[in-house]
Amino acid sequence: MTIPTGRKVIFYILLIISGFLVFAPTLMAFAMSFMSNKDIMTGSLPTSLSFDNYVRAFGQFPLLKYLLNSLIISLVIMLGQLILSSLAAYAFVFLEFKGRDLLFFVFIATMMVPFEASIIPNFHIIRDLGWIDTYPGLTVPFFAMAFGTFLLRQNFKQIPKELREASQIAGMGDFKFYLTVVLPVARTSLLTLGVYGFLTSWNMYLWPLLTTTNDNVRTVQIGLKQLQTQEQLNDWGVIMAGAVIVVIPTLILLFLGQSKLQKGLTEGALK
Amino acid sequence: MSMNSTAIQQTPKSQINFEQVKKKQRMKNFSKGMLFLLPSIVLFSVFLFYPLARTIYLSFFLTDAAGATTVFVGWENYVTMFTSPIFLQSMKSTFLFVLYTVPITIIISLFLAVIANEKLKGIGFFRTIYSSTMGISVAAASVFWLYLFHPSMGPLNLLLNAIGAEGIGWLTDPSWALFAIAITTIWMNIGFTFLILLGGLQSIDSSLYESADIDGAGYFYKLRRITIPMLSPTLFFVVTVTIINAFQTFGQIDILTQGGPVNSTNLVVYSIYREAFVNYKFGSASAQAVLLFIIILLMTFLQFKFGERKVHYQ
Repeated sequence: MTIPTGRKVIFYILLIISGFLVFAPTLMAFAMSFMSNKDIMTGSLPTSLSFDNYVRAFGQFPLLKYLLNSLIISLVIMLGQLILSSLAAYAFVFLEFKGRDLLFFVFIATMMVPFEASIIPNFHIIRDLGWIDTYPGLTVPFFAMAFGTFLLRQNFKQIPKELREASQIAGMGDFKFYLTVVLPVARTSLLTLGVYGFLTSWNMYLWPLLTTTNDNVRTVQIGLKQLQTQEQLNDWGVIMAGAVIVVIPTLILLFLGQSKLQKGLTEGALK
Repeated sequence: MSMNSTAIQQTPKSQINFEQVKKKQRMKNFSKGMLFLLPSIVLFSVFLFYPLARTIYLSFFLTDAAGATTVFVGWENYVTMFTSPIFLQSMKSTFLFVLYTVPITIIISLFLAVIANEKLKGIGFFRTIYSSTMGISVAAASVFWLYLFHPSMGPLNLLLNAIGAEGIGWLTDPSWALFAIAITTIWMNIGFTFLILLGGLQSIDSSLYESADIDGAGYFYKLRRITIPMLSPTLFFVVTVTIINAFQTFGQIDILTQGGPVNSTNLVVYSIYREAFVNYKFGSASAQAVLLFIIILLMTFLQFKFGERKVHYQ
């Protein structure tokens, strides 16, 4: 099946124009982060490019600390989600016990509760636990995840049940089977879910805004908000440098894992 | 082979106390199943089910600044909510916002997914570009658009000036601010929606297109008669997710408009946030949260009922 040349040209034109439009805001931010304030104010094309904005952003704000906090929080949430989701998915696929269908329904029901609808008591729970401004307060509430459980369940289902029966006859317990057979077989799905979990945790906004009050645990997203509100002089170059620093890790992750993420998310969402 | 023979040898022995073993086995299975599910169940209970119940409970009370209940007021928080012009405005803005964002997000993403589904050289590059907004956080996206919307330096107004039109007070004009938030949101949504739709397109059986080609069907005929119907389950999912996301919008508003001007962008989650964590009125904020929960629940059910009839399943 070959595409006629005329149609090919039309497609490339459409692809390029759309690509430019979609990417324009990001491109603009990248360009501005290297431009001097004078160039930005006069709206001219960059006359000189420098890292000044980055130096100043890191100098005026504990951005490095924020980045480290975001990294720790995102990694911990990612790991927590992977462990809890895979354990739950294992139970739903391989274990047969009374009440399993009911529990499965409970998991589905959790997807209908928006986090924002229960955020007030959640905040009070974290406060009463003394978890304000701590890593547990920023991570533990997000460990249990119905979407991740469903995605992995879909994947685990493809593992033949006979394999488990055989391993049980060979004296292998469920936990060992989960660790040594199921997890390695499902590593692609685990990776997909991991990337997804990292992306969403890194980009979290409302919860860290509520539960962080100092620089020790503040995430880079809230740092960026502060940078934007505290820059009195409309120093857009510095603000954009901060924004670029925030998006670089997730953009890289997305560029590396785009095709896998697409496959994994479609599977989890639709089957 | 050897496994089979041992299994057979054990059979007669276990038949004697079959019932007892079965019972024991069932107990063992249950506790094992619970062991694997316990971490999730505990966390769901603590951070989801209990807070939801507590939200409903709080909505019938007045509270102090620390969140402890003081006076039981029955339905009064709800009555006040539905008679408050500020909250009614907030509901109106929220529904308008959903109406702005959902169709446009779907149409743009569908267009991008269709053109990015062609087998052309370098298509991977375009796919990466189109999905890129998924990697951009709400804080960063809002900062990008804060500049784009800037009244004097912003590229959007410069563009308008260049074609002789007057600049728009994107974030300061009450009749434009909600639309500006919608544009930002649509842009942010494109990445994820595109990725899911592209996945849906790629899972369509290519033999359908081949047989249509043999019949001499044109490009748009195939798009209308094969692509869209086959894509309907994916579209259905994407519409639901986009609607639910639209109801949960917060970050863009916090950075771009803080609910203003004159409450025109005070969408429901921002309204909850302000009522609870700025005004410390946890009771009435909880009533709003309950309403948000009910709306999302209804949306999910409606989508399901309405969507299912139109959806084509293989």
